[in-house]
Amino acid sequence: MTTPYRVLIGKPGLDGHDRGAKFIARALRDEGFEVIYTGIRRTAAEIAATAIQEDVDVVGLSSLSGAHLRLFPEVIRELEARGGGDIPVLGGGVIPDEDKEQLLAAGLRAIFTPGTPAATIIESFRDACSQQ
Amino acid sequence: MPAASSKELLKGLAGKDPRAIGKAISMVENNADGAADILAGLDRERIENALVLGLTGPPGAGKSTLTSSLIRALRKHKKRVGIIAVDPSSPISGGAVLGDRIRMMEHALDRDVIVRSMATRGRLGGICASAGAAVRVMAASGCDVILIETVGVGQSEMDIVRLADITLMVLAPGFGDDIQAMKAGLLEVADFLVVNKSDLGGAEALCMDMKQIFAEKEEESNIPRVLQTIASENKGITDLLASINAFADYLQTHNIKKQRRVKAMESETLDWVFEMLRPRFSRQLQTQTEQQQTDPRVRAKQLIDETFKR
Repeated sequence: MTTPYRVLIGKPGLDGHDRGAKFIARALRDEGFEVIYTGIRRTAAEIAATAIQEDVDVVGLSSLSGAHLRLFPEVIRELEARGGGDIPVLGGGVIPDEDKEQLLAAGLRAIFTPGTPAATIIESFRDACSQQ
Repeated sequence: MPAASSKELLKGLAGKDPRAIGKAISMVENNADGAADILAGLDRERIENALVLGLTGPPGAGKSTLTSSLIRALRKHKKRVGIIAVDPSSPISGGAVLGDRIRMMEHALDRDVIVRSMATRGRLGGICASAGAAVRVMAASGCDVILIETVGVGQSEMDIVRLADITLMVLAPGFGDDIQAMKAGLLEVADFLVVNKSDLGGAEALCMDMKQIFAEKEEESNIPRVLQTIASENKGITDLLASINAFADYLQTHNIKKQRRVKAMESETLDWVFEMLRPRFSRQLQTQTEQQQTDPRVRAKQLIDETFKR
């Protein structure tokens, strides 16, 4: 039996819309991932500290509030500050194309938008996990 | 993940480094190379002195919320706390959604609260071995109290609970038949019965019912064993913790904690034996093709005899 991949799904900031995050959490579970879900309205620091404690392979973030440019890179910085800079961070939500480039440049491994097929998202998680 | 050596991880554990704790638990959970070195190198004294609490009960009784309240109370007493939250893996995909942390996020930035979510990974018994090892990693990293939280519905959960020095069964009014079903097994191993959501109708009746079952236990130690809480409002937690502490002292002075630990270690050792033998027998089974007509019990005996050449 191979060891299941562990991922964290987090919702940073003041955004209560978690249908997408929960959908991805369930989809990942159905593909054999162990998913730690943090619930809504978390700070970047809380998400990073949780990722370290749970020793996850990958962090996935969801934001639908428009604050992704500030919050996603902040999670990366908080991870780095805690010695977890090697943990890849993936992001998803309502994210315009021009922001996508900026986020990738800031260190996000991949960005997903409402049009991204679930299978693509799961493959990205699997890829990121397998490289850990 | 940059591979960390067992030595570095042990140093990190002694220094309470969260990254090292997380990685060390992963290593023992995955039975990775170096796991044995880590477990052998842990601070025995810290492990001996730590208090391990097991919380179990039906889904929705408020275990995670109660755990969070207990963490709050323990932190007031400057105790460093570890939490192992066990949830079932999907029998179909092997995956799991581990959501117990949601109710404990207020402690996320407290460096003296270590939370680890664990999935059962479909191994009856095996999870006990992993959780037991995780308890010791947490204790060795300076946790004074370690809580194991698990849904109390079956045999494997009962086994997990046996890792604990003290077991709390969390119930809430309105579960009716579930509780009836559990009376036989889990109530026997529980040291405390916590009636949570005590503001709901039926709490008093449930309490009186349980007090009757626990009368003997209460008499023997002279410590209240059936307690009411409203975890979401932080009510009843101080009394609960006082009783737990009193009972911990009672176990210590009567040498019961030590006896329980010896028993727990024995059953965990057995778990590891089966866990380690499983791949070998599994391989052997796959190489045999002609014996499929044999009865499984007969075949198992043959396998064992062949392996140990008796």
